[in-house]
Amino acid sequence: MDQLNPMTETPMLTKPRIMANREVRISARKVDIYYGEKHAIKGLSVEIPDRAVSAFIGPSGCGKSTFLRAINRMNDTIPGCRMTGEVLLDNKSIYAADVDVVQLRSHVGMVFQKPNPFPKSIFENVAYGPRIHGLAKNKTDLEEMVVASLKKAGLFEEVKDRLHASGTGLSGGQQQRLCIARAIAVNPEVILMDEPCSALDPIATARIEELIDELRQNYCIIIVTHSMQQAARVSQLTAFFHLGTLVETGDTDEMFTNPRDKRTQDYITGRFG
Amino acid sequence: MTDHIAKAYDSDILTLKTMLAEMGGLAEEQLNNAITALSKRDVVLADQVISRDDKLDKLEREIEEKAILTIAKRQPVALDLREIMVAIRVSSDIERIGDLAKNTAKRTHAISEALPRRLATGLARMGSMAQAQLKNVLDAYGLKDIDKAMQVWRADEDLDSLYNSIFRELLTYMMEDPRNISLCTHLLFGAKNLERIGDHTTNIAENIHYLIHGKTIGEGRPKNDVTSMMTAEVK
Ligand SMILES: Nc1ncnc2c1ncn2[C@@H]1O[C@H](COP(=O)(O)OP(=O)(O)OP(=O)(O)O)[C@@H](O)[C@H]1O
Ligand SMILES: [Mg+2]
Repeated sequence: MDQLNPMTETPMLTKPRIMANREVRISARKVDIYYGEKHAIKGLSVEIPDRAVSAFIGPSGCGKSTFLRAINRMNDTIPGCRMTGEVLLDNKSIYAADVDVVQLRSHVGMVFQKPNPFPKSIFENVAYGPRIHGLAKNKTDLEEMVVASLKKAGLFEEVKDRLHASGTGLSGGQQQRLCIARAIAVNPEVILMDEPCSALDPIATARIEELIDELRQNYCIIIVTHSMQQAARVSQLTAFFHLGTLVETGDTDEMFTNPRDKRTQDYITGRFG
Repeated sequence: MTDHIAKAYDSDILTLKTMLAEMGGLAEEQLNNAITALSKRDVVLADQVISRDDKLDKLEREIEEKAILTIAKRQPVALDLREIMVAIRVSSDIERIGDLAKNTAKRTHAISEALPRRLATGLARMGSMAQAQLKNVLDAYGLKDIDKAMQVWRADEDLDSLYNSIFRELLTYMMEDPRNISLCTHLLFGAKNLERIGDHTTNIAENIHYLIHGKTIGEGRPKNDVTSMMTAEVK
């Protein structure tokens, strides 16, 4: 049996190097998640560093999306879904009684597999968040926020002449960047991305990856991906999930050259488990 | 190791291994023949070694092409990536060993008389040691036998020591009679080639270590070649 980290109870043969000079932004402790009888996440503990990209990888159905949704309480609305254990954001439980879920989601944004802009203008898509959270003092302030977010998402140049055209009229890659702009407009600390590039072509994918690489200077990013190459390219920390458990977490460089666990090796090299 | 889900991936890697095994076998043969040619002054055998070196060069190129194609197609990671990288490196060491064997064989033409006994024995010992090192390291590679690879890695020291003593001996002969200089220089190159072959076998051993453990060997290899500091003492 591997030695366990006393704090998180994750296997700790060696602590990932990336954790050495990063704060822990999110930590999960002994999280179990059930859908009715189905035990989807089993005693999962992990620490996610700030200002870095962490990739969740693993075979289909192993619980990556389920665990990701637990980080901004999106499972709350799924009937029959219950959770035990703790998820901490900056050392405070996000499941505590006094936590306002809407507020929480402004700290922890989410980008989905299929770009899902609102059927509204590009401008309104981005302005929506700051508006409901009352972040803008006035109209000019709001406009500045929208422009800044579009710029950070690397989309502004392409849409500056048609900010009031519909967001759904953009290409898939542009829509995904619009969703990222929408997520960052409310100044989150954490951005969760569930297979954000799976509907995009290689060029749009490269753009999003480039963007993720820029955003990681300032955000804590978690990305779920089925592309091993994408995980290897964009992330610094990789967590391998298998059948509802976290098999190993490690520096990405190491996971893709010399993984410790045989299950990880089999999965990333495309072998039978 | 279990098989890949994509069977063609397994066969890509298997092809690479087969090509390397062929290359290794050929290099062993070349080295054996080069040593025999030199010690028996068999110029026919020497010429055969020289002309067959092309085959090793060709195999190296083919291995490199196959490896690059596999990387492009499969984007290998972890063990697979190491396997392919190591195949490229090992094939380049084997190719260099082939060059050195060829160069040793070439010396045969320059040697017109029988060697002094002691020198002949010393060179023969170096030759069989280099042969053994090559054979053992190729076996270790084929079987992924890390212990055997480490034995080769450590044994290179002995080859270095033997080279030092032959170097000394050759210096003495040259000092004794300047007419020996031409012969001794050729033998010196021959011995140096064998010593370099030893270095390539340790490279291969280090690559086996990397292949198996995913890490390069930390400590420096014991080095016993001190000839760079040796001078002939003029009495
Ligand atoms: N709403 C739900 N109701 C019941 N079971 C669910 C629900 N959502 C997920 N599950 C089950 O929980 C397990 C984990 O699902 P999850 O979607 O988290 O996997 P995943 O790792 O994201 O897979 P994929 O890579 O295919 O997206 C699966 O067995 C799935 O069938
Ligand atoms: Mg999923």
